[in-house]
Amino acid sequence: MIEVTRVTKTFKVARRSAGLKEALKSFVHRQYQEVRALNDISFTIGDGEMVGYIGPNGAGKSSTIKILSGILTPDGGNCLVNGKVPWKERVEHVKDIGVVFGQRSQLWWDVPILDSYELIRDIYRVKEAEYRKNLSELTELLDLGEILRTPARQLSLGQRMRCEIGASLLHSPKILFLDEPTIGLDAVSKIAVRNFILERNRQHGTTVILTTHDMQDIEALTKRILLIGKGKILLDGNLEEVKGTFSKVKQLTVQYSGAVPKMAEGMRLSVKEQEVREQSLSGQGILTIQVDTDVLKVSEAISYLSSQTEITDISVAGASLDDVVVGLYKQYEI
Amino acid sequence: MKKYLSFFRIRFTYGLTYRAAALAGIVTQFAWGALEILMFKAFYDYNRASFPMDFSALTSYIWLQQALLALYMVWFFELELFDLIVSGNVAYELCRPISLYNMWFTRNMATRLSKAVLRAFPILIVAVLLPEPYGLSLPKDTKAAFWFLISLMLAFLVVIAFCMIVYIICFYTISSLGVRLLTSAISELLTGAVIPLPFFPEKLGKVVSYLPFASMQNLPLRIYGGDILGSEIYKGILLQVFWCAALVLTGKWMLSHALHKVTVQGG
Repeated sequence: MIEVTRVTKTFKVARRSAGLKEALKSFVHRQYQEVRALNDISFTIGDGEMVGYIGPNGAGKSSTIKILSGILTPDGGNCLVNGKVPWKERVEHVKDIGVVFGQRSQLWWDVPILDSYELIRDIYRVKEAEYRKNLSELTELLDLGEILRTPARQLSLGQRMRCEIGASLLHSPKILFLDEPTIGLDAVSKIAVRNFILERNRQHGTTVILTTHDMQDIEALTKRILLIGKGKILLDGNLEEVKGTFSKVKQLTVQYSGAVPKMAEGMRLSVKEQEVREQSLSGQGILTIQVDTDVLKVSEAISYLSSQTEITDISVAGASLDDVVVGLYKQYEI
Repeated sequence: MKKYLSFFRIRFTYGLTYRAAALAGIVTQFAWGALEILMFKAFYDYNRASFPMDFSALTSYIWLQQALLALYMVWFFELELFDLIVSGNVAYELCRPISLYNMWFTRNMATRLSKAVLRAFPILIVAVLLPEPYGLSLPKDTKAAFWFLISLMLAFLVVIAFCMIVYIICFYTISSLGVRLLTSAISELLTGAVIPLPFFPEKLGKVVSYLPFASMQNLPLRIYGGDILGSEIYKGILLQVFWCAALVLTGKWMLSHALHKVTVQGG
């Protein structure tokens, strides 16, 4: 159970304009700007939930994760993770959590992964039997095998990230924080990592909080999303519902030969008029049309188009989650 | 305790993997020790009476210093720790159910010991075999040997406790270069690494002898050579215990203060 109530965090950032004169000026008198990384954040996450934490760069995602994992002390507000205040009872608190920072490494660079794992085992005082069990499970699910005997420096990014995730789970944490776990991974590794997280949640009931810019991660893993922007929680809701409100717009891609069709109300061309005119000279082309389903049904739009020209090919697509997020960012002006 | 032992072990084995570095270190320290002794010999030949230390005590001092370099040199900082702090990777260290201070202290002990083990013995063996008065002579009696070992360990702890403070300062300064250079330069002089402390002007030497730097290599090496005797030994050891406690407490306090306002850098 994670309860966050009215948490705020402000950073002081030294800012100045470019140039020597400005540099000298700031040498004598430095101007700080207060940046509100988190501004009155509240949310609750239940046991066994998987939550996607999204927002543009600099929105405060990582700051939240750092506060929840006891690294950062907030300026105000409170936060309880399984009944403990992370930054006050750091040592007790971190026993129950696992953290993966996608951009950092917890593995020792020059020794085999297994050495790092054994150190983590001893630091967390994991019982030998439990360690063996976890290790064999992780080895199988994350396809570690031979990798474990290789020094971290000789692994590819994808292999290393799998090892990092394994390292964070050796002590069977109840809560797993993943800060951009799939950053820089290829498609195969991404899918492996996602399946693994799902499996872990299903079997062990691990609570997972995930920050990412990869919307496929969110789609594959979470049912609930928290949207943060400019340090505030803007939206806390069900992924499907959010998608529903934003997928009113369907995208039609039409290949035609003959006259350029005119648009009806509720239909909008995504390309510029100029390009359409150039295309029409050759008598055939491709149009991308946004159809607002509140005004016009997709089938009506198609029949309207086919009455004007000959359609050789057509495809209909809903808004992708990426579009949804862009829509959300626009709506909330972040 | 087991977690610290385990931490010690991984850091120790880590240190042992760098064999070429150890070999290069041994050669350098031999050359350095020999040069230093030759230089002092020239001075001593000119006027033996005007020097505060016996020549054979001085050569023992220099050889032990070279052999135990990894234990005592303040500038043997662990660069990885600076990197951890500056790059923000300290985030992972903070996610461990373990005291950060103790973990880093252990880590420093292991690094220095692993370096010292590889380098000390070849130098010690050759230095013992060198002819009098250029070589390393054995301690005068068992009492000197005993107090040498005690003060050796204390000095080791004082050095690390001092280094810990330097690491922790980096939480505030963003770059580690300045603190590192400053502390290296000051400690090199005041610990007696360049010239032994008895060679300092009397008044200055008096003040310096109470600083934490004098509780580092100065004391054990001079007890070994018989330069410090009797009640002076106990006084020195007490001072070492004091500095060890004071530096550890200061370091712990600074770290807890730093962690409360720490900004983990780089997103």
